[in-house]
Amino acid sequence: MSARIAVRAASLLALALLAAAPLRAQADRSHPPKPAAVKPLKLPPVERLKLSNGIGVALVGMHEVPVVEVILVLRAGAVTDPAGREGLAAMTADMLDEGAGGKDALALADAIDFLGATLGAGSGWDASTVRLRVPVARLDDALPLMADVALRPDFPEAELQRLRKEALTDLLQARDEPGAIAARALSQAVFGPAHRYGKPQAGGAAQIASWSVADLRAFHAARYVPSAATLVVVGDATASVLPSLEKAFGSWKAASAATPVPPLPAPRQLAGRTIWLVDKKEAAQSSLRLGRVGPAWPDPAYAANQVMNTLLGGSFTSRLNDNLREQHGYAYGARSGFRRNLTGGLFQVATDVQTDKTGPAVGEVFKELERILTPAAADEVERARNYAALGYAGDFETTGQLAQRMVDAVVYGLADGFYEGFVPKALAVDAAALQQAARGAIDTKKLALVVVGDRAKVEAPLRALNLGEIKNLTVDEVMGKAPAIE
Amino acid sequence: MSLAVPLALLLAAAPASPSPARLSVPYTMFRLPNGLTVIVHEDHSAPVAAVNCWYHVGSGRETPGRTGFAHLFEHLMFEGSKNVPEGAFDRWLEAVGGDNNGSTQEDRTNYYEDVPANAVEVPLFLESDRMGFLLDNMTPTTIDGQRDVVKNERRQGVENQPYGKVEDALPPALFPKDHPYSWPVIGSMADLSAASHQDVMDFFKKWYGPANASLVIAGDVDTAEVKAAAQKWFRDVPKSEPAEPIAPRPVVLREEKRIVLEDRVQLPRLYMAWVTPPAFAPGDAALDAVAGVLAGGKNSRLYKRLVYELQVAQDVSAGQGSQGLASTFAVVVTARSGHKLEEIRGLVDEEIAKLQAAPPSERELQRFQNRTEASFFDRLERVGGFGGKADQLNLYYFRTGDPDYFEEDLARYRALGPSDVQAAAFKFLGPGRVLISVVPEGKKELAVAEVAR
Repeated sequence: MSARIAVRAASLLALALLAAAPLRAQADRSHPPKPAAVKPLKLPPVERLKLSNGIGVALVGMHEVPVVEVILVLRAGAVTDPAGREGLAAMTADMLDEGAGGKDALALADAIDFLGATLGAGSGWDASTVRLRVPVARLDDALPLMADVALRPDFPEAELQRLRKEALTDLLQARDEPGAIAARALSQAVFGPAHRYGKPQAGGAAQIASWSVADLRAFHAARYVPSAATLVVVGDATASVLPSLEKAFGSWKAASAATPVPPLPAPRQLAGRTIWLVDKKEAAQSSLRLGRVGPAWPDPAYAANQVMNTLLGGSFTSRLNDNLREQHGYAYGARSGFRRNLTGGLFQVATDVQTDKTGPAVGEVFKELERILTPAAADEVERARNYAALGYAGDFETTGQLAQRMVDAVVYGLADGFYEGFVPKALAVDAAALQQAARGAIDTKKLALVVVGDRAKVEAPLRALNLGEIKNLTVDEVMGKAPAIE
Repeated sequence: MSLAVPLALLLAAAPASPSPARLSVPYTMFRLPNGLTVIVHEDHSAPVAAVNCWYHVGSGRETPGRTGFAHLFEHLMFEGSKNVPEGAFDRWLEAVGGDNNGSTQEDRTNYYEDVPANAVEVPLFLESDRMGFLLDNMTPTTIDGQRDVVKNERRQGVENQPYGKVEDALPPALFPKDHPYSWPVIGSMADLSAASHQDVMDFFKKWYGPANASLVIAGDVDTAEVKAAAQKWFRDVPKSEPAEPIAPRPVVLREEKRIVLEDRVQLPRLYMAWVTPPAFAPGDAALDAVAGVLAGGKNSRLYKRLVYELQVAQDVSAGQGSQGLASTFAVVVTARSGHKLEEIRGLVDEEIAKLQAAPPSERELQRFQNRTEASFFDRLERVGGFGGKADQLNLYYFRTGDPDYFEEDLARYRALGPSDVQAAAFKFLGPGRVLISVVPEGKKELAVAEVAR
């Protein structure tokens, strides 16, 4: 009776026919088949709506599955942490769903789970978000819970005590992870201890231990305000959801006018090479991270930078991965990439290499960072720009992917059409533009290199490379002393 | 449109809801004369196409002294074939905007290529060339290169990974010595070193024929066109016979085994594992529900008691890892500073005993069922990659013979009642199990003692 049965009947028929089907087209294996004409990237249109209190709504319909994501985006990221109080934005976001609108943490979680929904809050450098993902038939049941969490959190003292312990334990556990140690060291080495980016986004042990309910209430009152908020709605919805959004968020008023955020000073580019060796005894691999200050959003060289990075370390056949993995077998993989923020950003290379190959592996990374500054071969450029441009559509396939792209567009002020516009721009990048992008982003004399590995085994080979002065550090010096947890 | 169904019906919480609507991923299936099964699914929501190929062989078919071989072989599949020079597989795919990956488990090895829809023939060419003619281009040097890469994959995932030692220790503790699941998929360093060119030739001939594979083509494609293209590219792949099915090997753990491992970690962690019914066997879905009741969400019993109320643990998780011969049900708990794993073990056992003694509440079960239903929608969004629709059509075909088993799969969860969950906990989480304590170096006193009860 259903379509599925009809489909199955047809399959059986096809099976019978195909077994006897005459052979038609011949396979020509002398070269890869030529693709048909490329279909241009066409994203569903963005509808701009407004609630009565002025909150903008960016709505994108995607109707493949009956699910919708609603994201409240707030200019309340880590860059708005008061000086010396780093991590306040992160803890505020973490505490939102620990009791709100009169429901305690367990009752909230029960209500959300029962709807088959997920609701979470999180904080990045430039924004904090409250995200709801829900089967569209349950949207009206879930929105009031989301509004409670975002607008009416209770910040119970007992829950704060619990989350403080959890966050301190996270800090403790990060000391086990070579990748976490390397990431922490790299941001200190690139941005310095004074810059906000040089300090942990979620704060250090001293800050975490210091949070009080009053701190969270004050931050929430100052930063979670309609004038700093935008709603992103992506999924199986139309403008007919506006009344539901209005009911949940339209009567939200700020307790007071939003206090202006002092602008973050732009991070200064490194003036020379910084080389740190963090001793992780008996490590089977060395975690290598190289970085320097990179471009902010909006990045005028975005397309050229993305194509350049594709060739350097942004794809499987990239030079870094091909060299370290395929040619030398030093590593399981190697990659590079840009993190763009509203103020400045980070360009970095990352790979974990076997301990006894640490010296040669660092040498090869430097070789590739030098080589990308010289003209690339035509076939490499073509492959890189095609990969970056033609594979782009795959980044917009799901509700979650498109919703994240819309959040980025809101936070970083990317105009409608920005993403579609990337494809022709990337396809126009030639060898000269790629080289120019590399020269803008990379300078091997002005960068930081962090090695997290077994010092007893890797220090001598590193010194033999003569890259410059090597600073030896302990895990304690990078991560702070292991926090004491009650 | 993948779903022709109003969601309100699906999500109706009341058991009295009218006959629930059905999930469906329509497909066309046919078999080529050489034995290859081909499944085509159209989804025109994004201009992308996914080619997904499963070989019905995994680490369970490895021979003694060659653990890790199926996975090493998976790497070699990307290193070129008769008409694809070394390195060209990736280069040619990327040149049209495509991506690929592969993965190995105990029962199967899968490969995918995601491309812009206009380039769907490129992966068909590449997949067919390696299925038919991999060995024409295989040299000992190729194998050595990937051996080094895989050893680094192992270093990254096991040696240099906190708690990574459990990967090595759990399989031989759960399964008897010659059982196909008694060694880790990644294999040992010594066995990786021993793999030879002859091993590669033999393995390919034995397991990589078209009759032991299934190919899904999904996405923004026309069924008639890709059918013709699949015939064109795979027609000259030499015929093979289907592989002999792996023999069932019932496993009963009669007693509790306790293992203590020291690692460079800050916090002790307890792994509790049971051998449970295979994928899609009776009890498999109920054990997913047991995992949900125990550790799915803030109100789950273990999370609520250990993490939320007592705060003796940093995290808890539970899951039924379903495989063809037998599954593994595991509970994993990281203790907070100052708490011993014996205390954790006692608390977990108390909660399991409660679930064995009385069924969960209707609300607990319904919460799990509603979350599960929503997760089925999440799984229908992507055509490509691991876990996309193409991969799932292959999974269902491999496990059940029916690629579009989405509705039947979901129905297993809808059909559960509270007493089924209790029964599964009682029947399958018995005293025969493995406990692994991972403790900071020199802190054996934090472990569950090695002497059995």
